[in-house]
Amino acid sequence: MQPAPYSFPGGIHPETHKALTREAAIAPAPLPAQLFVPLQEKGRAPGRIVVRAGERVLKGQKLAEPADALGAAMHAPTSGEVRAIAPHPLAQADGGEGLCAHIVPDGKEEWTPHAPFDLQSATHEAALRHLRDSGIVGLGGAAFPSHIKLGDGHQIHTLVLNGAECEPWITCDERLMREQATAILRGAQILAQLAGAAEIRVGIEDNKPEALAAMEVASAGQANVQVFSVPTRYPAGGEKQLIESLTGIRIPAGRYGPQYGVQCFNVGTAHAVARAIDHGEPLISRVVTLTGAVRRPANVEALIGTPIADLLALAEPENNVTRTLLGGPMMGVALPNLAAPLPKHGNCLIAASDALFPPRPAPSPCIRCTACAQACPQRLQPFELYWFAHARAFDKLARYRLFDCIECGACAWVCPANLPLVDYYRFAKDAIRTQERERRAADSARERFEWRSFRLAREKEEKAARLKARAAETLSQMNNEGAPPDAGSADKQALIAAAVARAAAQKAAAETPPPPTEEPPQP
Amino acid sequence: MGIVLATLVVVSLAALLGGALGLAAVIFRVEGDPLVERIDAILPQTQCGQCGFPGCKAYASAIAEGRAEINLCPPGGEAGVRALADLLGREFKPLAGDGADKPKTIAHIDEQQCIGCTLCIQACPVDAIAGAAKQLHAVVPQLCTGCELCMSPCPVECIHMQAVPAARPWPYPVFALKQENA
Ligand code: SF4
Ligand code: SF4
Ligand code: SF4
Ligand code: SF4
Ligand code: SF4
Repeated sequence: MQPAPYSFPGGIHPETHKALTREAAIAPAPLPAQLFVPLQEKGRAPGRIVVRAGERVLKGQKLAEPADALGAAMHAPTSGEVRAIAPHPLAQADGGEGLCAHIVPDGKEEWTPHAPFDLQSATHEAALRHLRDSGIVGLGGAAFPSHIKLGDGHQIHTLVLNGAECEPWITCDERLMREQATAILRGAQILAQLAGAAEIRVGIEDNKPEALAAMEVASAGQANVQVFSVPTRYPAGGEKQLIESLTGIRIPAGRYGPQYGVQCFNVGTAHAVARAIDHGEPLISRVVTLTGAVRRPANVEALIGTPIADLLALAEPENNVTRTLLGGPMMGVALPNLAAPLPKHGNCLIAASDALFPPRPAPSPCIRCTACAQACPQRLQPFELYWFAHARAFDKLARYRLFDCIECGACAWVCPANLPLVDYYRFAKDAIRTQERERRAADSARERFEWRSFRLAREKEEKAARLKARAAETLSQMNNEGAPPDAGSADKQALIAAAVARAAAQKAAAETPPPPTEEPPQP
Repeated sequence: MGIVLATLVVVSLAALLGGALGLAAVIFRVEGDPLVERIDAILPQTQCGQCGFPGCKAYASAIAEGRAEINLCPPGGEAGVRALADLLGREFKPLAGDGADKPKTIAHIDEQQCIGCTLCIQACPVDAIAGAAKQLHAVVPQLCTGCELCMSPCPVECIHMQAVPAARPWPYPVFALKQENA
């Protein structure tokens, strides 16, 4: 174990509140009475559903194929009956609904056939496809499918394994590292092999000495693994922040780690990868920290799709709980509906009371103290972002790199004016994305409308030309047959006469059987 | 002597720059009417004809030529009128008609009833309906602008407008500022 060789700018030191759960060993959550498995990941298209309502499914059976290249499969977390496939509230701040498979467990926990994946003889594509079919996505919060991070064609030299867990209150990664260090490192080795990375660097905040020790012991004899302790400072576990701390590589605005030869995975993801490869088990459960104003804070291994209310009940919330946060207090969101199911990226549930999370005092105008700029780990100027978002000056925000903001909340935490800065950034990002989408839709509609107008005009012209050509042809035929062209409307009259003649001929032809057009074949 | 030289320099400079300007005007000539293009860029491209013109581009031309008011496009809503008023330096007016912003809808064809007559395809201004004669027709939801023009031609009335599930973007933060002297 060694201290991280580099550092990142900004950051804050909030109270960590981890003592509540860091000694709570991971225990399996009891099987819930019903599950609502989301059939899509955060903000993406729902997958292609491969089960029907009324069907019996086995534990680990595939429910939905990924809808597009950006998706990963979803699986039944236990055996039971699919009651319905219908919209259900999702664990999102906006309380929006999404397609979920409503499963009533039969309590038998009967597995679908599954077998270890033979990594050594498989091709790179086959291995990535297996990860996709196992539903492996980033468990750190972004829920980004892992097979895409491994298959984007960049040459990776270093794999950064993220065990920093810098958000206050959360201890699920810490517990996993203390209890499953060997499996995590096995997963990391698989990921490194698939990425072609020669080196694995593990980053863990120095307030988790037991996890550091466990990972150090488990990595003994693995020459390509180095474990680093990172000074406890939020957001040390931000992807770009951890990469900078461990490798010194500062990833510029709008770029990603792979473009600089580094790829970052969360320890929970590595653990899920090891399960998927060595046991053939898809991602159907995860570790969740249950904490806040509760009588029994805990770390549980819960099935994806378990209703949030069921999980929270395990921890026995106090009576003064006012809201529930999914994720940490810095980047998490308050859930409007506790019927929503646990998503794959759901690392922590916090029962929040006014005593633990005092309401934010009323904001006052920005005094341009620049405290926010000093705290920003992304080297942004939060007060400028705030100013332009507040004024809805969206064109200016790009210049101040709004989309580089990781919404870590460090700026709002230090702001003496108590401004809800991150709310403004989220508002502006959503508004800009919506504008973009509408502009693209309008452009496409305009194009299709113009193409259709052009096509209709051309068809009309062609039709007119065809008619004219035919008229000319008939006329010249009649001229050849020697019909005398009259003066004035002679052309027209001739045409009409010809048409009448043609119709009569047709009628006659219809009355007499048509002559054979071909000689019958000789025997 | 000096004054002659100075005059000569200035005159030749003027000629040179004038020529360059003339040349630039020829080389960088903008095709079409830029004002119409800019107005058309604001219009929502629903192509519904509710403005009384056959499509957004026609309405844009009418506005540019001063033949139409700027508040005739219901799909563009108040925001659209505001953007047009800003662009043209005209006064903002509330939308003509009942003036309410409608939520976006898209067309849906009832597969059980469609007889495959192709009338809706011919009516759709943005080629958002797929199908061939005597075959089931379907609306491509990503392409449908919600103009409703396909509804009335359908002889079996099997086309209905459905609301698009509302996107729920993060709201603009609203809060009371602390009073300085409170
Ligand atoms: S910390 Fe708050 S008050 Fe200070 S400059 Fe930033 S936004 Fe303004
Ligand atoms: S929320 Fe965005 S602007 Fe604020 S400190 Fe974090 S990265 Fe910087
Ligand atoms: S009313 Fe319809 S056709 Fe007219 S400009 Fe608006 S969207 Fe286009
Ligand atoms: S499908 Fe109907 S409502 Fe949609 S764009 Fe075409 S004509 Fe308009
Ligand atoms: S107009 Fe109606 S019946 Fe005819 S093809 Fe379209 S949807 Fe089907």
